[in-house]
Amino acid sequence: MEAAIEQGLIFALLALGVFLTYRILNFADLTVDGSFTTGGGTAAILMYNGVDPYLGTLAGLAAGAAAGLITGLLHTKLRIDPLLASILTMIGLYSINLRIMRGPNVGLNMRDGQVIETIFTPLKQAKLMASWQTVAILAAVALAFTAAIIWFLATNFGLATQATGDNPQMAVAGGISTDWTKIVTLMISNGLVGLSGAIYAQFQGFADVQMGIGLILVGLASVIVGNAILGTRYMALAVLGVVVGSVVYRLILSYAIAWEIAAAGDMKLISALLVVVALVISQNETIRGWVGKISASKSPEAPEPLTAPELSAQPAEGPTPLDPSSAKGA
Amino acid sequence: MLSLTGVSKTFFPGTANERRALRNIWLELAEGDFATVIGSNGAGKSTLLNVIAGSLSTDDGAIVIDDRDVTKLPAHRRAGLLARVFQDPQAGTSPHLTIEQNMAIALTRGARRGLGVGVGRKRRSAFREELEVLGLGLESRLKTRVGMLSGGQRQALSLLMASFTHPRLLLLDEHTAALDPARAELVTELTVKVVAETNLTALMVTHNMAQALRVGNRLLMMHEGEIILELDAAQKRRTTVADLMDRFTSVRGQLADRSLLS
Ligand SMILES: Nc1ncnc2c1ncn2[C@@H]1O[C@H](COP(=O)(O)OP(=O)(O)O)[C@@H](O)[C@H]1O
Ligand SMILES: [Mg+2]
Repeated sequence: MEAAIEQGLIFALLALGVFLTYRILNFADLTVDGSFTTGGGTAAILMYNGVDPYLGTLAGLAAGAAAGLITGLLHTKLRIDPLLASILTMIGLYSINLRIMRGPNVGLNMRDGQVIETIFTPLKQAKLMASWQTVAILAAVALAFTAAIIWFLATNFGLATQATGDNPQMAVAGGISTDWTKIVTLMISNGLVGLSGAIYAQFQGFADVQMGIGLILVGLASVIVGNAILGTRYMALAVLGVVVGSVVYRLILSYAIAWEIAAAGDMKLISALLVVVALVISQNETIRGWVGKISASKSPEAPEPLTAPELSAQPAEGPTPLDPSSAKGA
Repeated sequence: MLSLTGVSKTFFPGTANERRALRNIWLELAEGDFATVIGSNGAGKSTLLNVIAGSLSTDDGAIVIDDRDVTKLPAHRRAGLLARVFQDPQAGTSPHLTIEQNMAIALTRGARRGLGVGVGRKRRSAFREELEVLGLGLESRLKTRVGMLSGGQRQALSLLMASFTHPRLLLLDEHTAALDPARAELVTELTVKVVAETNLTALMVTHNMAQALRVGNRLLMMHEGEIILELDAAQKRRTTVADLMDRFTSVRGQLADRSLLS
């Protein structure tokens, strides 16, 4: 179980990145599948060649951010639709990742009879992998980034970023360069994804060109599960929920495998199904009505849409006084 | 203060769908002028405001605000000079952000946004004071998400957000049209009050001719992309809704659109 929680905490960084694009920026960013590997591959090849593990990990973050920059530029400068822009980056990165790693994978255990130094080496030597100590360390890292994101979103720039995703017309009228907020947020997001990849490569002891495939769904599932648990009424809880969601998601998977409900290879299918179910819930009027009633009875404020902003673009409906003037248009 | 010299805008030029939305517009507003703009649907009123704000580019002509040629400036870089309220009450605010967060965005309009705290204690108490002026009780709901407000409340907030930072120019595009009569009246009153108190220069599009005559010190009538009538304060006082209707009728050479008399 500790191992599953450790994985969940490492993937929480990826999920936080997905949260920033998907929820805050309202930008369906598939760069993730590529930038995770870019981060992992960059960190791995550096450490394989003897670079300081912390420096290598940081390089993974930077490489992920660079991938986010590419998607940002494709979208803002060339006006390519978000989905397509990020698919282009993701596909292009596959080749780049092969070049970075000089092959399909990089091992991080031994080289010429010497142990390759990674950030986990001290923990491995102390036989503390899959222990509560390691869980505590990784939790501290995930919570530090959670706190940083909560802080960021409350700054003037963070509010501008939120407005960019929430109401671009208002953002522009308010003097916000939505191109700039998008580029910066995509860089932060994919930086986190790259960092997640860098840490995960060291955790599993190798980087592989396939390691990022399908992770966008893992990120989405974590965001959706986490937000369902902790709600989206308070930003701090919404962000924290992403970390919780990532851990819960990993635990579900590990129990499904341990109890032989599913095999390791089924993980991607489970992610896909989980996201489908969550999206169906958010799109189906009847189910949303139930969910709405349940949350409305819990809180005086209106329910938040359960999933992606673009899938529930209508304004929050809630127990506001009936007001004919709130009807859209004249 | 605001000057448009020979501004034109054509949509889909050279195609079967070509629409000449603005034809050689010349307009001069002095500091403190409050001009109302009327005209039938499709006359080009919104397009006029959109080219001034920069959300649409011009084909020809120049736009100068405060001695600054903004013709080529993108919309977000003009925001330090002007503020807008749109017809759609949803358009001017960010629904998932709270009232105070929306106001913080308005407060930093046109300024560099860094990593300072968006809503600190000082700002919060200033926002509370500003909201009290609306008399809608919003000052006690600073942490309410704007998506929870009614259309009228949202529009009043949009108006406050547009005006409390004292922009050089205020652009209002039928900002009461989507509201029921009582709330429309409330927002109109607020508009008049805000513009008078802060001596803003403003352009207000309205479909209500009586209001266009009553409010402001100038009136512009548009038709098919042109300003076909300009009244100053004295002329406005002598003009009646019937006069304006006659004017419409004659220029269109057909029966006036009765719906304009709402
Ligand atoms: N973004 C646009 N793209 C194409 N045509 C437009 C656009 N905006 C306005 N138009 C056209 O320009 C003309 C003027 O429109 P508009 O300025 O919205 O009129 P008004 O606000 O006076 O009703 C109309 O014929 C309209 O169809
Ligand atoms: Mg219009």
